[in-house]
Amino acid sequence: MNAAIPILTLGGLAAFFALLSIITASIVGPRRYNRAKLDAYECGIEPTPQPIGGGKFPVKYYLTAMLFIVFDIEIVFLYPWAVSFDQLGMFGFIEMVSFIVTLLAVYAYVWRRGGLEWD
Amino acid sequence: MNGLIALVPIPTPNMDLGQIAPLEIVFGAALISVLVEAFVRREGRRRVQLVLVFASLIAAVAALVGLAGTRTLTAQASVAVDGPALFMQGTVLLLAIVGALLIAERSIDPAGDAFAPRASALPGGREERELTAAGWSQTEVWPLFLFCVGGMLLFPASNDLLTMFVALEVLSLPLYLLAGLARRRRLLSQEASLKYFLLGAFSSAFFLFGTAMLYGFAGTFSLGGIADALSGNAGDNGLVMLGVALLAVGLLFKVAAVPFHQWTPDVYQGAPTPITAFMATCVKVAAFGALLRVMYVALGGVRWDWQPMLWIIAIITMLVGVIVAIAQTDIKRMLAYSSIAHAGFILLGVIAVSEAGIASTMFYLAAYGFATLGAFAVVSLVRDSSGEATHLSQWAGLGKRSPVVAGIFTLFLLAFAGIPLTSGFTSKFAVFSAAIAGGATPVVIVAVFASVISAFFYARIIVLMFFAEPAEEGPRVVLPSAFTALALAIGVAVTVLLGVLPQPLLNLAQQAGIFLR
Amino acid sequence: MNIGTAVFAQETVLAPANGTFSLIWLLIALPALGAAILLLGGRRTNAWGHLLGVLMPVASFVVAAFLFAAMLGQPAEERGAVQHLYDWQIVGAFKVPFSLQLDQLSMVFVLLITFVGSLIHIYAIGYMAHDPARRKFFGYLNLFVAAMLLLVLADNYLLLYVGWEGVGLASFLLIGWYQYKDSAAVAAKKAFIINRVGDFGLSLAIMFMFAVFGGVTFETVNAGIGSASEGTATWIGLLLLLAACGKSAQFPLQAWLFDAMEGPTPVSALIHAATMVTAGVYLIVRSNAIFDAAPTARLLVLIVGCISLIWGAIIGCAKDDLKKALAGSTMSQIGYMVVAAGLGPVGYVFAIFHLLTHGFFKAGLFLGAGSVMHANNDKINMRHLGALRTVMMITFVTFGICTLAIMGIPPFAGFFSKDDIIKAAFSQSPVAGVVTLIGAGITGFYMTRIFLMTFLGKARWEDDQHPHESPAVMWIPMVVLAIGATIGGVLMWPSHWLETWLEPAVPYQEHAQTLPEWLWIIITVGTALIGILWAVALYRREVPVTPPAGSLLTRAAREELYGNEINETLTMLPGQVLTRSSVFFDNRVVDGFVNGMAAVVWGVSGALRTVQNGFARSYALTMLGGAVLLVALLVLVRL
Repeated sequence: MNAAIPILTLGGLAAFFALLSIITASIVGPRRYNRAKLDAYECGIEPTPQPIGGGKFPVKYYLTAMLFIVFDIEIVFLYPWAVSFDQLGMFGFIEMVSFIVTLLAVYAYVWRRGGLEWD
Repeated sequence: MNGLIALVPIPTPNMDLGQIAPLEIVFGAALISVLVEAFVRREGRRRVQLVLVFASLIAAVAALVGLAGTRTLTAQASVAVDGPALFMQGTVLLLAIVGALLIAERSIDPAGDAFAPRASALPGGREERELTAAGWSQTEVWPLFLFCVGGMLLFPASNDLLTMFVALEVLSLPLYLLAGLARRRRLLSQEASLKYFLLGAFSSAFFLFGTAMLYGFAGTFSLGGIADALSGNAGDNGLVMLGVALLAVGLLFKVAAVPFHQWTPDVYQGAPTPITAFMATCVKVAAFGALLRVMYVALGGVRWDWQPMLWIIAIITMLVGVIVAIAQTDIKRMLAYSSIAHAGFILLGVIAVSEAGIASTMFYLAAYGFATLGAFAVVSLVRDSSGEATHLSQWAGLGKRSPVVAGIFTLFLLAFAGIPLTSGFTSKFAVFSAAIAGGATPVVIVAVFASVISAFFYARIIVLMFFAEPAEEGPRVVLPSAFTALALAIGVAVTVLLGVLPQPLLNLAQQAGIFLR
Repeated sequence: MNIGTAVFAQETVLAPANGTFSLIWLLIALPALGAAILLLGGRRTNAWGHLLGVLMPVASFVVAAFLFAAMLGQPAEERGAVQHLYDWQIVGAFKVPFSLQLDQLSMVFVLLITFVGSLIHIYAIGYMAHDPARRKFFGYLNLFVAAMLLLVLADNYLLLYVGWEGVGLASFLLIGWYQYKDSAAVAAKKAFIINRVGDFGLSLAIMFMFAVFGGVTFETVNAGIGSASEGTATWIGLLLLLAACGKSAQFPLQAWLFDAMEGPTPVSALIHAATMVTAGVYLIVRSNAIFDAAPTARLLVLIVGCISLIWGAIIGCAKDDLKKALAGSTMSQIGYMVVAAGLGPVGYVFAIFHLLTHGFFKAGLFLGAGSVMHANNDKINMRHLGALRTVMMITFVTFGICTLAIMGIPPFAGFFSKDDIIKAAFSQSPVAGVVTLIGAGITGFYMTRIFLMTFLGKARWEDDQHPHESPAVMWIPMVVLAIGATIGGVLMWPSHWLETWLEPAVPYQEHAQTLPEWLWIIITVGTALIGILWAVALYRREVPVTPPAGSLLTRAAREELYGNEINETLTMLPGQVLTRSSVFFDNRVVDGFVNGMAAVVWGVSGALRTVQNGFARSYALTMLGGAVLLVALLVLVRL
């Protein structure tokens, strides 16, 4: 039970702060609505479908996003490996090299086929 | 808290690279194939890719032969190298070689191979017309193909559920793409691709849920570990039953068993025919391999629970397959439903739960695979001006115009129908008798009934080809290059050989023995 | 019913074939080679194809005669031989020897098949002279002969099944020979499908045998049947009976035989009268050990035989189509054989005896019918024939002899064989006896009717009919068959040779004689004469060219006693309902999607999204339902 007390306390504080901000904002904030204000997060993409013809955006957007995720995950793996490099030894090194080489091949493909160009 | 980050030495995993040589060869070749796409000039790519693909597949077969007789777990017990795994891998590789022959064909379609010159071009758009006129063709099929084959090699050999899931995804993702690459009727093809992807993702989720449930029960992903947990526990755990059912959904989707079959006709029809051929054969082999391994190794302890479930699945799969096939007017859809029905027949080998069950299932898969590849090869040859002529009415009187092609197709249909002295009879007999020995006599009776019905629609096509008047302006049979001709010859030879002289392969399947735990 | 108790055990193990008997494989290989050359050789073989086609069965017959002589030279119990070719291993535990077995029963069939087959091949040279694809026709005929020989020479049920399917295939191909005619294509399909129902029985029986006896050779099954339960034997027997009904056109699977007359007449003679349709009788006689162990199954054999006997005869009385009337008579005569086989050891030999004599006179009748067709612009409606006696003397005489034979008039062959069956039937079951006797009377009636309408009376020819005698190549086989139909009785009389010959392979038990021989002759011949005289009384007068309305029975008989309708209701209807409902599902759900797709291609872009979303979702919903089903099943099992 003792272990749970800090967590519960943290949760309670967070909830309190979230509620407090919303309530405070609704009470004291000025009310000047415009289009941007009414958007869900006031940034990012429109959350609901757009009418046909107006709602498309370039496929390159997805491509870049996916590439980002792939290489981001590479970093996620690299970090713990780097931390425990000594314990993993030679085997870990070889495995990691083969992992990086694999991604490198993909990177080469993306680069050569123009995947990185945003014309 | 500090104690957790003690510097304990991490043991080196056991990893005998030699024992997974076929996998390494295929995946390595796939990687090189990606680099070929990146660095070799467009004109030379096809040649390099072809050499790479065939050389690597043949090398993988050679490596597999070298491994014959090995029984061990490797890669930290996540991959099993045992008789059934090697047999399935060998089947996948040989079928993939024949499939690659079909994919490599480029003299059937006047515009080039069976694939869109650029998959991202708008169907029917200006870009597509220009590229077609310029005679472009893409070779990205090959790396996708190799990755897919690699996944198929890993799938039946995976010894834990997580590895199996990774293999499932590695084999599925390239297939989703390949299904959407057809040169003709591209909307249909893209449609098929998207639908396959959506439903495939759905089924993968089921598989993953099942894995989670079983992990929750056993505390391990390893198949052997799950079996141990089951034998230690009386088994009255709801998690197990839920896990078995959800895992089964994922696997039964891949083998196209009813009610997880609805993607099959749409995808088989929409995908480029060589890919359909590859999909209809290799995926079935790999997925049945995985199904057998999960059911026999991990869940053998609760076989009394899942056997009735698979009984019912097998029965409805066979019946729905053959009955709906009767109503088909498109040859590819007909073959799709026929493949659903065959999945039901093969399930008979799974529900036998015996060594004979494993052997007969593997034999059936090999026999069915070669006949199916051949049948789809024939489908790709019958064309009219807009591409393949797949409507059944267009096949009327084909036997008069091209007796050889129609004769070959007839052979494959007879094999599907299970007529004696073709491979289909031997394999049906093998699974039926294994199932009877396993106590599934009622299912076998349904199976015999279903095969009688199935003979009807196979015969209908034979009659149509040989006894109906040829349609006016009917399709013509294109003379293929050596690639398809060789694939057809192999299909015919194997179908006849396995009907007349099945012993060698049967012996091999029987020697494969049981799964390693 | 009184079943004989003194059943002869069949434990003779046949010797491996050596010496002369190592030629057995040639019997099959020769016609198979002929078929291969003719069918694969293509047009190059057109010029001499028919000659090769004739040569092969003749050569096969020569080999058969040679083997027969060699068998005669052996002591009775050493006459059988098994030639082992290779092992067809299906599944580890299950090995099927690919062996040929030539015993006395097989020998009889081999001789019949090759001899009658050769004659019909010769006849077909003339009959098919104007067919551009004559070579292919001979290829199919050779294929048939090879398959039929495999059927009767197999030493196990599985190999027999291969031959069984082979003759089915040949029959299918030949019925559909005139494929430009819709009726022929439909008839071919019908024969194929109805036969599949029978084949279903045979394949189940084989699996049953394997499950119970662990093997499917005749030897294993015969050895094992003694220790099997009666229930098992009954089931196997019933399944074999189903198979026999399909192949031999016995009730209720007879409907295809009438449509099968769409094939060329030599085919009707060879396949649908003399040989293939008797395969069912062969199967039952060959499986005598099983039926001896299963009285219920054997009783059903008898019942099926009785029904078919009368059923076919009635149809034969009403058909105006010469060949279809003869088809009715085929069904009826095979009914006799099945009755005899259903009598058990008392009747097996007579079934084979009648089968032999029937092979001769029925082939003769069909060749006669073919000759009539050949001479009359393929006209086969007897109401447009008549008075052919004047122009077709040879056909008239041979047809007449065969007619007398089938009616059972002494001294022709049919008299001896039919007489034996009737006597044996009376000794076992009075009901069966009466049925066979009535059948004999009806046979007299319809054969007389056919004969009168075709050859006697006034000419009712149409303008384009110029009847003439057929060429020698056609009438010589007819004459040979007529001779056979005349003297075939010597097989049993005066020496009972066939009985003695078959004894080691087929059990025989003498039945008790209740009446003196001369009285039997008076009864049987008298019954046939009643039928004959009745027909003469009816058809002596002028035959109207348009058929009269007729009584209810006549109308029903013209419709083949609604055999088609019965089959359709029993077998097709449930299937059709099932198919229709799945078609409905498919149209609404699956095709709906495809059609939607086509609409998209034609530019209705909005539809794509709706259709696609809707259906991918519905597929996913099915999968979800399936998953729930699986969970439910697993939980249910637990309960």
